Amino acid sequence: MEDIQKFTFSVYTENNIGILNRLSAIFLKRHFNIESMTVSKSEIDDVHRFIFVVNITKSQSDKLIGQLEKQIEVIRAYSHTEDEIIYQETALFKISSKHLYDEEIQNKLKFRRANIIAITPHYFVIEASGLKDEIDNMHDKLKPYGLLQFVRSGRISISRPKMAISELLKEYS
Amino acid sequence: MSTETQTVKTTTTKTSKMVNISGAEAVIKCLLEEGIDLIYGYPGGAIMPVYDELYKYQDKLHHVLTRHEQGATHAAQGYARVTGKVGVAIATSGPGATNLVTGIADAQIDSTPMVCITGQVAKQLLGSDAFQETDIIGISMPVTKWSYQITDASEIPEIMAKAFYIARSGRPGPVLIDITKNAQFEKFDFEYKKCTSVRSYKAIPDVNEHAINAAAEIINEAKKPMIVFGQGVILGKAEEEFKALIEKAGIPSAWTILGLSALPTDHPLNVGMVGMHGNYGPNKLTNECDALIAVGMRFDDRVTGNLDFYAKQAKIVHFEIDPAEIDKNVKTDVAVLGDVKETLARILPKINKNSHSSWMQEFKDYMDIEYDKVIKDDLYPEKEGLTMGEVIKHINEASKGDAIIVSDVGQHQMITCRYAKFNKSKSNVTSGGLGTMGFALPAAIGAKMGQPDRDVVAIIGDGSYQMTIQELGTIYQTKVPVKIVVLNNEFLGMVRQWQQLFFDKRYASTEMVNPDFVTIAKGYHIEAEQVSKRENLASAVQRMMDSKDAFFLEVCVEKEGNVFPMIPSGASVSDVRLS
Repeated sequence: MEDIQKFTFSVYTENNIGILNRLSAIFLKRHFNIESMTVSKSEIDDVHRFIFVVNITKSQSDKLIGQLEKQIEVIRAYSHTEDEIIYQETALFKISSKHLYDEEIQNKLKFRRANIIAITPHYFVIEASGLKDEIDNMHDKLKPYGLLQFVRSGRISISRPKMAISELLKEYS
Repeated sequence: MSTETQTVKTTTTKTSKMVNISGAEAVIKCLLEEGIDLIYGYPGGAIMPVYDELYKYQDKLHHVLTRHEQGATHAAQGYARVTGKVGVAIATSGPGATNLVTGIADAQIDSTPMVCITGQVAKQLLGSDAFQETDIIGISMPVTKWSYQITDASEIPEIMAKAFYIARSGRPGPVLIDITKNAQFEKFDFEYKKCTSVRSYKAIPDVNEHAINAAAEIINEAKKPMIVFGQGVILGKAEEEFKALIEKAGIPSAWTILGLSALPTDHPLNVGMVGMHGNYGPNKLTNECDALIAVGMRFDDRVTGNLDFYAKQAKIVHFEIDPAEIDKNVKTDVAVLGDVKETLARILPKINKNSHSSWMQEFKDYMDIEYDKVIKDDLYPEKEGLTMGEVIKHINEASKGDAIIVSDVGQHQMITCRYAKFNKSKSNVTSGGLGTMGFALPAAIGAKMGQPDRDVVAIIGDGSYQMTIQELGTIYQTKVPVKIVVLNNEFLGMVRQWQQLFFDKRYASTEMVNPDFVTIAKGYHIEAEQVSKRENLASAVQRMMDSKDAFFLEVCVEKEGNVFPMIPSGASVSDVRLS
């Protein structure tokens, strides 16, 4: 049996309504759970970039690329292993203001790449960016203070290998 | 919202303009611009403006009213399969649209070019759960090659042009265009330009010369090469290139169910069907060949059986237009991407002339065994009950292999594909990938309208027939002279066969208590006969074939006949059973 690994898919698409459905249906059909997803504009005007994180085998990943690229409005899809990308996630923690001057919290903020981005009489908000494990760790540490809210973004990633979308688009037109 | 203006490249040579016309009229104009003169459909509230225009344009664009929207899709598919053109089906919103879904899914898995047009509630009502509102774009998304919801009349020309381009280019497939009612009413200045390319979509992959050379080397070095060809040969209009290749290289060639008729059935290198109910030789020898050359096929599980024991000894060459099919099920040694019409022509001069006669003899030896154990009793039975095989044999004799044969799904389909004779390509119409019961009757209507000069014979089981039997109404109304054969064994025969073989004869819900099919056909004023005795069969088939009008023939066949050879589910192709 092939090993299951974490793959990060970068899918460059046209910016049209419904593409997310079309892409997510491909994962659904194969019973793959999407661990994380981010959609944003890309380095190219009018081209959107989806980032999906999925735990599957190498051969499943190869086939998935074929099915993703088969969609009319997908320009190109790439999958990368963990060592082929630079990536991070962002999280926000909302905590009661009574803990604002807690020494332990202040220490954690210094130690991590974390900032307080809002303070009100009732609560304050910490923003932290990093790898998933780092954010998980931060979450575990802050949980005892009573998280009023917690949210984490999907993964964003930049690949080490080149993804030549601009050249491809020239070729298409 | 949309970047359509950047994504569509259009030709500037041929344009058509009209000032201040409605979106509904624009839809008709687009169809005419695409050369469509025949569409299938069913009217309803949200598509009425388009139907109103159809009324005005009826001298240019013929609309066939089917009795159910599913029938419209299958008729469009039948038309597309025998003509190579895009089939068009049209329906209203809500239930009209959802009734198209089975046909769309069938066209997707069998790569049939089809454009479906659905009406939708007005833009301002979208998402309000309005009467007959359904999210058909969302529902159909996984089974369409492309889909788009038009909410503004001005989008119509560009999107329709794109729809037809996508449906017919590359690996063909179904496209659904959903048009809100306000867009059908709105007036705008119409201008039509044909679509010739879409940014982000490469219809045909570039051909790699190294792959051609590597494939030629494998073919030239092989001592026991075998070809398995699929519908790609037909869709690529590459029948002549294919024949030239196999004749030069002398390679035994077997077909998938959708590849049938791409090569005449009596061609000396045609060694029969592969797969679950395919022929004995090609299944057995799949696991003995030293090179397996797949041409325009996708290694469906019904073809390969257990992949762990599929052609492991052979070098695999795959000629294919869809990059996503490469290595999907079977790992290839050489993938030759491209349109087979081009790749087969380019490889031909690099192929050495050969005959492989002793290898070919192995196929013949297996065929002799299959003839003794299976075929003889299917075609020339000595038992009392009529067999499905002998019915096909009589149709072959009457048609001389020139008819278009449309089969439904089940035992009769396997028997039809095993025994029907074909001289011409695009003559076998059946639901292969999806296995849609109810396909044949409406598909035969479309096939006959697409090829009015050829005989079209629908061969249908008693179960499948009753799934779309209402299309007899379409036949009566349009007077389309299709020949309908129902092979009635009063069972859902294929499921019953599996129950017999794998579920200890527990015939759960497979016995059918059927109506009087002849009376039903006569109720639609269709000439009808029933045959239950062997001595009456040949003459009844001949009367059907001679009839100038639609004709219904019910043949009461043995109740518990089985289809062999058979590869049990999960077994290897070389474990194919003869009994």
